[in-house]
Amino acid sequence: MNKQIKVLFNGIIKENPTFVLLLGMCPTLATTSSAINGMSMGLATMFVLICSNAVISMLKNLIPDMVRIPAFIVVIATFVTIIEMLMNAYVPALADSLGIFIPLIVVNCIVLGRAESFASKNGVIPSVFDGLGQGLGFTLSLTVLGALRELLGTGKIFSLNIYPEKFGSLIFVLAPGAFIVLGYLIAAFNKLQHKEETN
Amino acid sequence: MAKLQSTFKNMFLSLSIICLTVAVLLAQVNKMTAKPIAEAKAMKLQNAISEVVPEFDNDPVAEAYLMADGLGDSLIVYPAKRGEEIVGYALNTFSNNGFGGNIQIMVGFDMDNKIVNYSVLQHAETPGLGSKMSDWFKDITKPSQSILGRDLSQGLLAVTKDGGNVDAITASTITSRAFIEAVNRAYSAYKGSKEDAMSGATEAAADNKKENSEEGGANNE
Amino acid sequence: MEYIGIIIVAIFVNNVVFSQFLGICPFLGVSKKVDTAIGMGLAVTFVLTIATLVTFLLQKGILEPAGLEYLQTISFILVIAALVQMVEIVLKKISPALYQALGVYLPLITTNCVILGVAILVIQKDYSLLESVIYAVATAVGYAMALIIFSSIREQMAITKIPKAMKGIPIALITAGIIAMAFMGFSGIDQVFK
Repeated sequence: MNKQIKVLFNGIIKENPTFVLLLGMCPTLATTSSAINGMSMGLATMFVLICSNAVISMLKNLIPDMVRIPAFIVVIATFVTIIEMLMNAYVPALADSLGIFIPLIVVNCIVLGRAESFASKNGVIPSVFDGLGQGLGFTLSLTVLGALRELLGTGKIFSLNIYPEKFGSLIFVLAPGAFIVLGYLIAAFNKLQHKEETN
Repeated sequence: MAKLQSTFKNMFLSLSIICLTVAVLLAQVNKMTAKPIAEAKAMKLQNAISEVVPEFDNDPVAEAYLMADGLGDSLIVYPAKRGEEIVGYALNTFSNNGFGGNIQIMVGFDMDNKIVNYSVLQHAETPGLGSKMSDWFKDITKPSQSILGRDLSQGLLAVTKDGGNVDAITASTITSRAFIEAVNRAYSAYKGSKEDAMSGATEAAADNKKENSEEGGANNE
Repeated sequence: MEYIGIIIVAIFVNNVVFSQFLGICPFLGVSKKVDTAIGMGLAVTFVLTIATLVTFLLQKGILEPAGLEYLQTISFILVIAALVQMVEIVLKKISPALYQALGVYLPLITTNCVILGVAILVIQKDYSLLESVIYAVATAVGYAMALIIFSSIREQMAITKIPKAMKGIPIALITAGIIAMAFMGFSGIDQVFK
């Protein structure tokens, strides 16, 4: 069990998909205009990661090497379609705000990347934990980024007023703000990593 | 267990089985979620209508129809009734001249050419600027910018910059103009609907009168 | 006139990278040198145009008549993957020089969200076939333009002094943010063509 916990934390910190692996940038920038949007995107992606990692790991010996990429894509696309339908049925307002980025989970480099580099080479339980870890790492980064942008832009986090809106800078909720805040966050993460290494 | 060899037979079988399983699974989930999805859509529409017209007891969506808006397009009109009497109309109007393109608004009129309320259904306007239109034009504490209760038979709406008397959103003239355009468009279709309903009522009244005079005539004999 | 509006919006007002956030991963990875940026831009233009055409026909010709719209995501991505494979094979045969020039970028295009993103968008926007193709080409031009602008700036940054934590992706992102701000100035320019 210890090993699995290690795999889990790996995805959250050491191999955090957003701040370390720098994967899945498109949804990271596009869906973090608010904390709730970022968190929902992260959770939807985590669902796909866990399911596709599990299934691909189960089928890894039944998929000939030459057709593995198309096979992975079919499996991943299936779970993306499922989460898309579930979200449209039960949380339509949220599905509307995430828009086109729900179906775009299928080309999220994190999902295909983990399928290729982990699930196709490891057992089912470790793969599930890897999906969970990467998913949690992704969700955490997106929530933090979303909360920061929402706070700086509108004075709220999760729609709770922290300070009056007129002191906020609209730019943070718009496109340029996404790039800039993410840039500074990665720089901050880098700085923390360097400090750890020199210690 | 060694990995399956990449022979043509294996590749074909493996992919086919995966695709078939997937197709069946997705068809199932689709069946399961089709109803909730349709219901969510219907609920959204119903809420938008309820928000903008006086209280009603019919099903406006079931009695909806298209009405020309005088600018080459047709809008969907939802009549709101209490009993047999029409109490208002909700119209699904739009403008393609928003800052970010298309804006869709549900506007509600009462039977006196007055705007009851509106609800912005869809837009791509700038958050914090144009997006303010969802609340700006219904702020009744600021009569110069609120359009609620305004009687459009006295003249179509226009922003102050264009010689009218509606205060536009600060720094969002384009969005404001598009918003007003959509509301005016709705009014044209509303006028058309009212005329249709009136001529229908007048016909019915004329029929009644004819019947009564015939009966009266018969009675006299 | 309408078509010019679509083109202007796709390249400047709603630039695929600086406004719609599509294609960021390859954008950050490939934009370090101007000639690789040009290569990627060409490859994307090629694949995006053909992919939009094929997926459009697939949607209108098969998915919609058969009521299978829920298979859109999965069928589109399979078409795109197959298309990229075919383009690779065909290109290798008829123009080995071009194939070499595009190199590793060609297979990477499958996971480029621009392709799938635009394919889905033109269906959502209810464009006609011609409008969809024009939109696809214009978007690809906007993407290539973003890549080339960005890579020229990054080539300069490579010889500048930058704090250690900022090196690489962070400073690239902040630069992209400033460019995005500049692009916001294009908003509303398509109104001129109405």
